[in-house]
Amino acid sequence: MNLLLPMPVILPLLGAAVLLALHPRSRVSRVISVVVTFATLVASIVLLARAADSGVLSADLGGWPAPVGITLVVDVFSGLMLVISTAMVLAVLVYAIGNPRTDDEAEFFHPVYLTLAAGLSACFITADLFNLFVAFEVMLTSSYVLMTLGGNKAQVRAGMTYVVISLLSSLLFITAIGLIYAATGTVNLADLAVRLQEVSPGLRTALGTLLLLVFGIKAAIFPLFFWLPDSYPTAPTAVTAIFAGLLTKVGVYAIIRTQTLLFPSDGPSPLLLTLAALTMFVGVLGPMAQNEVKRILSFHIVSQNGYMIFGLGLFTVAGLAAGIFFIIHQVVVKTVLFLVGGLLEDSTGTSALHKMGGIMHVSPALAVLFAVPALSLAGLPPFSGFVAKLGLVQAGVEAGSFLVVGVSLFVSLLTLFSMTKIWSGVFWGKIQPEDLENRPKDEHLVTSPLMTGATAALAVLSLAIGFAAGPLFELSTQAANQLMDPSGYFEAVLGP
Amino acid sequence: MTLVLALAVGVLYATGTYLVLQRKLTRIIIGLAMMAHGANLLLLLAGGGAGTPVFVGEALPADFSDPLPQALALTAIVITFGVTAFLLALSFRSWLLRHDDDVEDDLEDRRLARRKPLEAEQK
Repeated sequence: MNLLLPMPVILPLLGAAVLLALHPRSRVSRVISVVVTFATLVASIVLLARAADSGVLSADLGGWPAPVGITLVVDVFSGLMLVISTAMVLAVLVYAIGNPRTDDEAEFFHPVYLTLAAGLSACFITADLFNLFVAFEVMLTSSYVLMTLGGNKAQVRAGMTYVVISLLSSLLFITAIGLIYAATGTVNLADLAVRLQEVSPGLRTALGTLLLLVFGIKAAIFPLFFWLPDSYPTAPTAVTAIFAGLLTKVGVYAIIRTQTLLFPSDGPSPLLLTLAALTMFVGVLGPMAQNEVKRILSFHIVSQNGYMIFGLGLFTVAGLAAGIFFIIHQVVVKTVLFLVGGLLEDSTGTSALHKMGGIMHVSPALAVLFAVPALSLAGLPPFSGFVAKLGLVQAGVEAGSFLVVGVSLFVSLLTLFSMTKIWSGVFWGKIQPEDLENRPKDEHLVTSPLMTGATAALAVLSLAIGFAAGPLFELSTQAANQLMDPSGYFEAVLGP
Repeated sequence: MTLVLALAVGVLYATGTYLVLQRKLTRIIIGLAMMAHGANLLLLLAGGGAGTPVFVGEALPADFSDPLPQALALTAIVITFGVTAFLLALSFRSWLLRHDDDVEDDLEDRRLARRKPLEAEQK
C-alpha cells in the first residue's frame, strides 16, 4: 500500500488533535499549524509529481481490496486540486497569523482550520461516494464552526442560513447515496461506473440529476447559489478567503468527477451548458447592484463557477483541460481578491464602496495587489484569466457551442465593469475616510508584514500561472485525458 | 413490512420539507431532523430485506443481511446528530442575541431591494 496517499488527510488531522491539547493562543500552536500545512503541501506536490509521472495512484486502506474496502485514488486532476488547495490553505494561514485580530475573533481558529484542510484533501483523494459524503461533512462542519466562531449577530444570522442549506444538501446527498446503493449495490466510484451501465437509462438520468443537484448546491451554480453572497461576507477575512477560494470548487470538483466517471456523455451536454451560461450571466448581474467589496466579490464566485461547468459541459479533452486550468487560476485569484478586500477593510474600517476612496494615494502597494487579480479575473492578457478563458473559448468554438461562448465573453466584459466599479470607488477619488492619512501607524494593519506578504505571494503566484501557463496547461490536458478516458482509473482501483 | 417502512420514509420527508419551509428556527431544525431520519431509514432500506446477523459460521452468507448500508446509516446518524446539536447551539445563541426565534432578513439585501436609502447616502 502506498503510504503517501493518505498523508494529506492524516497530517492535518493529527496536527489538529495536537493543537487541541495546547493553549489556543500560544506561539507553539501557530508554529505547529504552519509546519503541518507545509508538510501537507510537500506531500501533495510529491503525489502530483508521481501521478503525472506514472499514472493513477491508488491505495486500499486496511488492505481490503476495492470495491469492498475503502480506496484512495490520486490522478493528475486530484493531484492538481490537492496542491493548489493546500497552497491556499498555507497562504491564508500565514495571513491569519499575521492578523492580530484573528485570536480575538476566533479563539480556536487553528485546530478547526486544520480539520477543514483535512476535509478538503479527503474530498479530492477519495474514490468512494460515501467517503466523499463524509469528507464533505468534515469540511463543512469545520466551516460552520469557522464561520460562526465570532458569535456576533451578523455571523449567527448568516451562519444559520449557511448551516441549514448545507445540511439540506447533505441530506439530499445521503438520499442520493441510498438510492444509488439500492439500484447498484455499491458506492465505490469505479465499480459504480461499471454497474450504472446496466441500470435503465431513465433511472440513471434521475440519479445523475440528483447528484448534480446535491453538488450544485455546494458549487453554488444557478439556480442554487442564493445562499452564497448572503453568508460568506460576514466571516473573518481569512475564513471568507479560504471559503471563497476553495469550498465551492470542491463542489465543482465533485460535479466534474461524477459526471465524467459515472454519467459520461458523447457530446456536449445541453443541460450542463445551459446551467453554465445561466450561472455566468445571473452571477455577474448580482454585483451591479451591490455596494460592498466582499459582497461584490462573492457574487463573482458564482459567476466564475459557471465557466468551470462550461468547460465540463463540452465533454471534450480541450474543454475539460481549459476548465481545470480555469479552476486553478480561479482558486488563486479569488483568494487574493478576498485577502485584499480584508486588508482594505482593516485599514479603512469599512467595506462599503462609498465610504472609501483614494486608497491609491495612501497605499499604492495595495492598489497593485488589487489590480493584478482583478484584471486576471476579468480575463485581460497577459494574466492567468486570459489564458484560461482563451482555452475555454477555443474549446467552445471547436465544439460548436457558439451561444455559450458568446455569453462567456459578454460576462467577461461585465466582470471588468464590476472590477472598475470597485477600482474607481476604492482607489481613485479623494481620500476617504478623511482621517486615513493622519492616523497613527499602528492603526494601519496593512503594515503587518505577514498579511501583506501572504497576499503578495499569492498575487505573484497568479502572475506566474499566467506567464508560465504552458507547463500547467499540459498538466491540465493530461488530467482531462485521464478524465475522458478513465481506463487508468478503473485499472488502479479494480485491478487489471 | 418494507412497504410500511417506505411509506414512513415518504411521510418523514414530507413533514420535514413542510417544517423546513417555516419561518421559526426551531421548526426548521425539527424539520431537518425528520428529514435526516427519513434519509437514514432510506439507507437502511437500500440494503434490501432483513436477514440473519452477520456472524461467520452461524448462517449461510446468502442469508446475511447486508451490513454495508447499516454501517453507512450509522455514520450518517452520527454526522446528522452532531450537526443538529451545533444548529441547536447556534439557534440558542441567536435567541440570546435577539430574543426572537424567526429567521432574520438579510439587511443589506433589503436595503438594496429598496435602493433609495443607498443613493441618499451617497449624497
